[in-house]
Parts: sequence; structure tokens; C-alpha cells
Amino acid sequence: MSSDTLAIRGGTVVDATGSRRADVIVGEDGRILAVEPGLDGDRSLDASGCIVAPGFVDLHTHLRQPGHEEAETIESAARGAALGGFTAVVAMPNTTPTMDSAAVVREVQELAVGVACEVFPSAAITVDRRGEALAPMAELARLGVRIFTDDGSGVQNERLMRTALEYAGSLSHLSDGQPLVLAQHCEVDSLAKGGVMHEGEWSSLLGMPGQPAEAEELMVMRDIALARLTGTRLHFQHLSTAGSVAMVRAAKQAGLPVSAEATPHHFTLDHSSCAGFDSAFKVHPPLRTVEDVAAVKAGLADGTIDAIATDHAPHTSQDKDRPFGEAPPGMIGLETAFTLANSELGLPIEQVIGLLSWRPAAIAGIHGRHGGPIVEGAAANLTVVDPDAEWSVSGAAMASRSTNTPFEGRKLRGRVRHTILDGEPVVIDNLAVR
Amino acid sequence: MNRSNRHLLSMTDLDRADIEQLLTLTESFAEVGERPIPKVPALRGKTIAWLFYEDSTRTRLSFETAAKRLSADTMNFSVSSSAANKGESLRDTVETIAAMGIDGIVVRHRSAGAPHRITDWVDASVINAGDGWHQHPTQALLDLYTAREHLGDLDGKHIAIVGDVKHSRVARSNALGFAEMGAKVTLVGPRTLMPPSLVGWPVEVTHDLDEVIDDLDICYLLRMQLERQKDAVVPTLREFHTEYGLGVARADRLGGDALIMHPGPMNRGVEIAGSVADRPNAVVTEQVTNGVAIRMAVLFLLLGSGLDVVDDQRAVA
Repeated sequence: MSSDTLAIRGGTVVDATGSRRADVIVGEDGRILAVEPGLDGDRSLDASGCIVAPGFVDLHTHLRQPGHEEAETIESAARGAALGGFTAVVAMPNTTPTMDSAAVVREVQELAVGVACEVFPSAAITVDRRGEALAPMAELARLGVRIFTDDGSGVQNERLMRTALEYAGSLSHLSDGQPLVLAQHCEVDSLAKGGVMHEGEWSSLLGMPGQPAEAEELMVMRDIALARLTGTRLHFQHLSTAGSVAMVRAAKQAGLPVSAEATPHHFTLDHSSCAGFDSAFKVHPPLRTVEDVAAVKAGLADGTIDAIATDHAPHTSQDKDRPFGEAPPGMIGLETAFTLANSELGLPIEQVIGLLSWRPAAIAGIHGRHGGPIVEGAAANLTVVDPDAEWSVSGAAMASRSTNTPFEGRKLRGRVRHTILDGEPVVIDNLAVR
Repeated sequence: MNRSNRHLLSMTDLDRADIEQLLTLTESFAEVGERPIPKVPALRGKTIAWLFYEDSTRTRLSFETAAKRLSADTMNFSVSSSAANKGESLRDTVETIAAMGIDGIVVRHRSAGAPHRITDWVDASVINAGDGWHQHPTQALLDLYTAREHLGDLDGKHIAIVGDVKHSRVARSNALGFAEMGAKVTLVGPRTLMPPSLVGWPVEVTHDLDEVIDDLDICYLLRMQLERQKDAVVPTLREFHTEYGLGVARADRLGGDALIMHPGPMNRGVEIAGSVADRPNAVVTEQVTNGVAIRMAVLFLLLGSGLDVVDDQRAVA
């Protein structure tokens, strides 16, 4: 344990309250001691030319542990998260075994002790994500689970989804009065089945079975109706189509309790990327059209989409080194999320940081520790980013055990320089130190 | 051809001049096939591996015959008795074969793009012998050769490609190949058997075969996969035959010089009536014969001394 103070000097502090030039002093208890210009500490991190922001929060991370440790572990994913500026990630439940019981959730919580970011387990809505029977949501909520999802697939049965919403909606007494959130991977199986990319001009030319946009949109439409019926908080994961964005926009205008996330790959890549049959570009939901990409960006710009989430999905190279149609879907994304948002969205830096930090923190119900204003007494979960630093993406250079990035070799602007978790640096000058 | 002329993956790799060149070269190799000893030393010392992940009789035999007539050494990677059935990945398999020292890999795979991926992993020339629903370029080349033998210049000729276009690599390759050679291409079939989008395809589309039948120079029938009925994309094969099959009455409406083509194997009574398949203007067996010469030309161009000697007839003589 250090018994000294840490100064983050020379940067511009950006949080939900605005931006200002200030140095930040962090005490040995991991809390912020002071925020004002001209401060110094026993140790210091240079932040000149940089933004000092609340740590980023990823609502959608596949850490692969337990079960798929060759692709990723909680430790390696957390290190990648820290390098990407994330101080908190929500762990998706499609592990082996599934995070649908107290035992597995506790295992994840134990494995996450001392890693480079804070890990908040989500849990499955249904037992083994099979869409047949509800997981023990109350028991899991008592362990701290705030987000339930069958991510990887959607809950197909309307009646079961309604029941899940009603049941979750009655458990807020187990979660400090905050509503539990059901998060849906919107994909109607009967329409999407067999599809390995977006159904459209490229799937037609390439001779690959496609998933129509409607496979996502029909479930978005259905779930908006169920949110209206039950009044329960519902979160839409990785929205990828213009139709989905429009429906969520209308649902929010109608006052329904819905939120949404989008991934960096869905606001930067379209289905033409699949033309070379490189399975690095295979992902669910699939890369869509140029118009869909524009709609996702517009949704992020106008607030329809609340958060950027990575859907970080590591796969070993032996799994990805297959023909496109046979490779598993998913791409890694923790270390590229900020730089892509910074380079590609064309939004003010304050808004980019909000999409990565305080807005997802509020959805996850962890805004007491992450994403909050940078003020005296707050938990020092911070990231320092250089919006102008240029770097080129290399999967092999990342902390992830897997290298399946679709951005290999891309030159991007903006990079995470330091990350501070509970007052301790976990990334210093682009290097992980935990 | 694409990627420094080393591979043949798709008809998109070939422009009109490339196709012309291949068809001209094929004429020379067709002549070789008619000799008492139909063999030339053009690929002596070259080794070609067959990597067929999907059942194939005619295409594999055709390639094998072509390679033998060119004096190449061949080795067969038989998937059913091999490592692939023991869970070996495609990458490990092709790297293993490449490590033995080969010049070319002829691959058929159930997944679109598998040959493209193989080019990322090995140095050998890769020839696509059919990948999923995507492409089957040597089929299109032999069809172009066959059509041109009968019809001459294909500019302005009208070909209908009829039936299950959606799931057909033959349709994708032929639509591109015939259009590149100046033919008018019409795809015929119900929406359920059409690709979801035809944006960028150099084709016209109709759902009514009778609308175009009188105007055709070529009626190209696709093999109807019998399991499509199970997928419920057509109600019954009988109804498919009635609406989109080339029965006797429709065949009678074809012009006297019009060709009936089929990539084989035929489902007589489904996409084509049995007696129609035996008419003199049905050139299905000629397609097979020409397949050997086309594949000799492709193997020679990719594995032989290169494009620059194409016009050097001594290489063939």
C-alpha cells in the first residue's frame, strides 16, 4: 500500500458537469482529495494535452472465464479494459457454465478480485440461456447482479420475456431501490437462423446466408411493446439497424423506460467489409449497411443511444481461422473503443466521454463508484486520454489473449494514456502496470 | 487473374480479355484430348493437391483428368478418411499439405470464401472448384466455351438461368461470366429461390419463364436441391417443375438453335423433363467433355510458365 498522494497534473478535467483546467490529487484511501489548478503530490502523472475523465464503463464485455480461458481470462480482459480506459466492465453471462446461478456468479466475483478493472457480473435471464425457465433473479440480485441478459441470443418467447420483465420489476428492494435492468440481444431466431452476415447486396454476391435487419427490428418492436405492458426497465444491446434506432427514439419520446447501446464496430464498419471473407468481420448482430452505420451514429449523437459498449468477444485464432461461415461471431474491442469513438463519431470530446462513462454507469447502476463527477471525496476511478495521439492498431500488441480485431493496421487518433483504479494507476503511459 | 494471376477464386477475377484468352487456350487443349495419346508434358514436375470437403464426382474427375493430361503429379486429400474428420482445422490441413511441397491446391468447400482464406495461409496457387453458394469459376468457363462453340460470339445472346439461383454457385459464376462476354442474362425463378438482393448484378429478373422462353439462345437449368422442398421454399417439386421446369411444351418453344444446358447432375423430371434432356440441342455431355480442356487451360495458366507464354503454342505442342 502506498501511503502517499498521487497528482494528475496538467490536464483538462471533463465530467458530466463540464470541463475545466485542473490538477487532480488522489489520497491513499483511493478517493479524490482535491481538484484545482496548481496542485502537486508525492507521485505524479503527466496529463498535459490530455483529458482527465471519469473511468469508462463497458456494459458489454465477454471475459470468457469460466470456460474459455484460452481465448481470454478475467485477468487478461481486465488489463485490456484498463488499457482502453475502462475502470468497470459488465461481464456477459455466456460463459461455460453459464452465469445463471449464485455459484458461477460468485466464482466470477472471486476471480475478479485484484484485477485491473472492476468487474460487475451480469446474469442470464433464463436457465443456461435456453429461453425456457427463469434464472433465480432474486438470489442473483442479492449478490449484486444488476443487469440480466441472455446475450448471444434473445429471449424468443414473448410470454417468458413478459414474465421476466414483471418479475425483475418487482425486485428493486434487492438493489438499493434502483430498478434491475433486463438487457436484450434482439434477434428473432427463426428469421436469423443460419445467417452469417447481414442479408443484402453483399450476402447475395458473396453467396452467404444472411440475417435480415428485420430479425433485429422485430424483437426491438416486440420488446418496446412489452416494456409498455410491464413498465420495467429494458436495455437494448448493440443496436445495429436504422429501423431499431428509429423505434427506440420513438419509444423514448413516448416516455418508456428503455435505453440502448451501440458498439464501435457498428458505427464504423459496414457489410462490404465481409467481401474478403475474413472472419475477423463476422459478428452478431452483423455489420449492416452504410445507411445503418449513419443511423447508429445519429442515434449516438442525439442521445437515442445512451452508451457505447464494446461487445468485446475474444476468440482464439484456431477458432477464427475458419471459413467465414464456420467461424464464431465476435471481435475484440476494449482497447479500440475510445479511439474509434474519438476518431469516427465527429462528436465533441465531452459527449464521447459521456457515452463511454457516466451514461453507461447510470444504466449499470454503478454511478456511485464509476463515471461520477470528478470532485473531492469521489472514488478515484479515472482515465486520462490524449485525444490527438495517433497510433495504429495491432491485435498482437493488445492485452487480450485473442487477436481478433477487425481494425488491424488501422491508424486511429486518440489514445488512453493512464487509467487509475481506486486511486492506483493500472495503466501508465499506455502500459499496463497491473 | 486476381492476386497477381496466381489464383482462380471467382469469375470476378476475370475480365473479358482474360476469358477470351482462356477460351482460346482451351481450344488447343481440346485438340490434345483428341489425340491417340492425349498427354502433353506442360506441367511435368508440378504437384497439385485435391482438397474436396464436399462430395464431388464429376468436377474432381474432370480436374484429375486435366492434370494427368498435363503430366502433373497429383495427390488427393480425401476428407472422409483424413484429419479433417478428426477435428483438424482447415488451416492446419492446408499448411500440412503445403509443407509437402505443392504448386497448386484445387479446393471445394461447403463454405463460401474457403478458397480465399486458404490463399492467406499458403503460397500455392488456389483454384476454386466450388465454394458454398458463392462461385464455381471453372464451371462458368466450360459453359462459356460450350456456348461459344455452338453460338459463336456471345455478344447480345440471351441466356436464362433458371431455378434455384439463390443457393447456386454455378448461377453466380455464370451470371457474371456470360454478362462479361456481352450476353444478356435473365434470372428466372420464384423470389424464394432468388438472392435477397440483386443490386450490382448485370442481370434482369423474371418470375415467369414463359415470358422469356421464346427469346432465348440458351436455357440454362440449375440443379434443384431436393431438400429445398423441406425448407418450404417451394411447395412441391411437382409445382416447381410445372412453373420453372423445362418440360416438352416449353422446350418446343425454344428456337431451333437454342441450347439447353445444365451443370449436372440432373434431376430428370424436376428442373428438366427426361426426354428434353436427351434432345440434340441439350449439350450436357459436351459441357462435361469441355470441362477437361477448360481445366487444362486453367491449370496450365496458373501453374505453367505463366500468362506470357499463352500465345506460345509450343508450350502446348
